[in-house]
Amino acid sequence: MSATAFDAAAAARAWRPPPLISNPLLRYAIYLGALAYVVLGVATVEVNWTRAAEGMGRAAGFLGGFFPPDFVSKGDDIFEGLMESLTMTVVSTALGIILSIPVALGASRNLAPLPVYLFCRGIIAVSRTFQEIIIAIVFVAMVGFGPLAGMLTLTFATIGFMAKLLAEDIEDIERAQAEAVRATGAGWFSWIAWSVLPQVKPRLIGLSAYRLDINFRESAVLGLVGAGGIGDTLNTAFDRYEFDTAAAILLIIIAIVLACEYTSGWIRRKVQ
Amino acid sequence: MPILERAGGLPEWKRRTTAQDMLVWTGWLAGVALAVACFQFISDRTIWAFVWDAPTQGADLVSRMFPPRWSYAEQLWKPLWDTINIATLGTLLAIVIGVPLAFLAAHNTTPSALLVRPVALFIIVASRSINSLIWALILVIILGPGMLAGILAIALRSIGFIAKLLYEAIEEIDPTQVEALRAAGASNPQVLAWGMVPQVMPAFAGISVFRWDINIREATVLGLVGAGGIGMQLEASINTLAWPQVTMIFLLILGMVAVSEWVSARVRHAII
Repeated sequence: MSATAFDAAAAARAWRPPPLISNPLLRYAIYLGALAYVVLGVATVEVNWTRAAEGMGRAAGFLGGFFPPDFVSKGDDIFEGLMESLTMTVVSTALGIILSIPVALGASRNLAPLPVYLFCRGIIAVSRTFQEIIIAIVFVAMVGFGPLAGMLTLTFATIGFMAKLLAEDIEDIERAQAEAVRATGAGWFSWIAWSVLPQVKPRLIGLSAYRLDINFRESAVLGLVGAGGIGDTLNTAFDRYEFDTAAAILLIIIAIVLACEYTSGWIRRKVQ
Repeated sequence: MPILERAGGLPEWKRRTTAQDMLVWTGWLAGVALAVACFQFISDRTIWAFVWDAPTQGADLVSRMFPPRWSYAEQLWKPLWDTINIATLGTLLAIVIGVPLAFLAAHNTTPSALLVRPVALFIIVASRSINSLIWALILVIILGPGMLAGILAIALRSIGFIAKLLYEAIEEIDPTQVEALRAAGASNPQVLAWGMVPQVMPAFAGISVFRWDINIREATVLGLVGAGGIGMQLEASINTLAWPQVTMIFLLILGMVAVSEWVSARVRHAII
C-alpha cells in the first residue's frame, strides 16, 4: 500500500464530531434559511452613505468636543441629576422588593390557588414585556415630568423582575420543611414566615442587590422621556451641544455603574 | 444561639443575643430612614397637584387609548420587521466581535494576562455600562437617523454582555480535556477547536439566544431617539397624541415579545 492510499484510508476512518442537527436535510435548510435571512436583513438596512460620510467629520468634532470632560461648569445640574437618579434607585428598589414579595407568593403554583396564580403571572408578564422607557412614557403622561414618574416606572419594573425569579425559587423549595412547620399547626402567615421565606432569603438578597444595580442603570436613561434623573441632564447637554458636559456625565455613569456592579457582586457572593 | 433564663426559672430559646438584635434593628432603621429621606427628595421635586390628578388623567388616557386603531397595523408591519432586523443583526454583529474578545479576556486563553486581558476587560465593562439608548443617541448624531444607528447601538451594548458571560464559561471548562489534547501533540489552534470550543458551545448558544431575546425588547424603544424600528412610530403617535395608534403599537410589541420569548425558550431547551 502506497503512503498516499494509506493516508486517504486513515482520513476516511477519522473520527468526526456528530453535527448539532442530525438530519442533513433539515441542517442545510436551516443554514440556507439563516443565510437568506442575513442577506435579506442587511438589504433592508437603508444607509444614507453621504449622511454617514458627513457624520464622520462630525464624529471627529464630536469626539473632540468630548475632551476634556467638563465636570465644573454644569456641576450643579449634574449633581442635581445624580441625586435624582440615586434617590429614584433607592426608593424604587425598596418599594419594588416589598411589593414583589406578595406577587411572588401569588405567582407560585405550590402556594396559590389558580385564579390568584394567573392574576399574579399576568402582572409579571405585563411588567416584563415593556421596556422601562415605554412604561415611563405612560407614567409621565399620568403624573407629569420629574423623578416621581421615574420612581414609579422602576418600581413597576422591579416587581416583574423580582417576582418572576423569586416565584421560581419558591416553587423549588424543600417540601419537607414546609410540611414540618405546617404539622405544628402554624397558621398561613407563620407558615410562610418560618418555612418559605428562610429558604428563599439568600436568593432574595442576591436578587435585590442585582436589581439595585439594574435600577441605577435604567434611571440613567429614563430622563430621555422626561422621567427625571441624570438622563435628563444628559439629554439637555446633548440638545445644547455641550459635549464636554455630556462626556463628564457619561464618565460619572460608568464609574457609578462599576461601583454598583462590584458591590452587588460582592453582596451576592457573601449571601450565596 | 443563646438560651435566656426567664423570671420563672424557665429557659427561653432566642435566635440572637440582645446585642445582635439591636444591630439588626439599627440596620433596618437606617435603611428605612434612607428610603424616606430619598422619597422626601423626590417629593420636593414633584408637582403634587398633577399627581392627585393622575387617576382622572389615567382614566382619560385609557378612554382615549381604546379601542385600538386596528387599521393602523398595515403601516406597522415594515417597522416591526425593521425592529426584528435591528435586534437580530445587532446580536450577530455583537457575536462576531464578542467571541474573540471573550477568548482574549478569559484567564486560560488570553495571550497576555498583563497586557491584553485588562484591555479586553475594559472594553467589556465600557460596553455593558452604557445603555443601548445612550449608544443610539450618540450614533444618531454621528450617522444620522435610521436602522444602522440602531443596529450598531444594539451591537455595542451586547458585546460586553456576550463576552462577559462567555469568558466566564471559558474559564470554567474542564482542563483535563485540554491537557489530553496537548499531550497528544495538538497545536494551539487545534486545542482551541477540539478542546475548548465544543465545551463552551452550549453556553455560547444559550447566551446568544438570551441576548437576542433581550435585544428584541430593547429594539422597540430605540426609535424614540431616531434609531429606526417601531419606536419611531411610537414617538410620532405620542407626539400627535394619537393614543389609539399607541395602543395598537403596544399590542404588536406585546405579541412580538411573547413570540420571541417562546422561540428563545424553545431553542435554549433544545440545546441545553
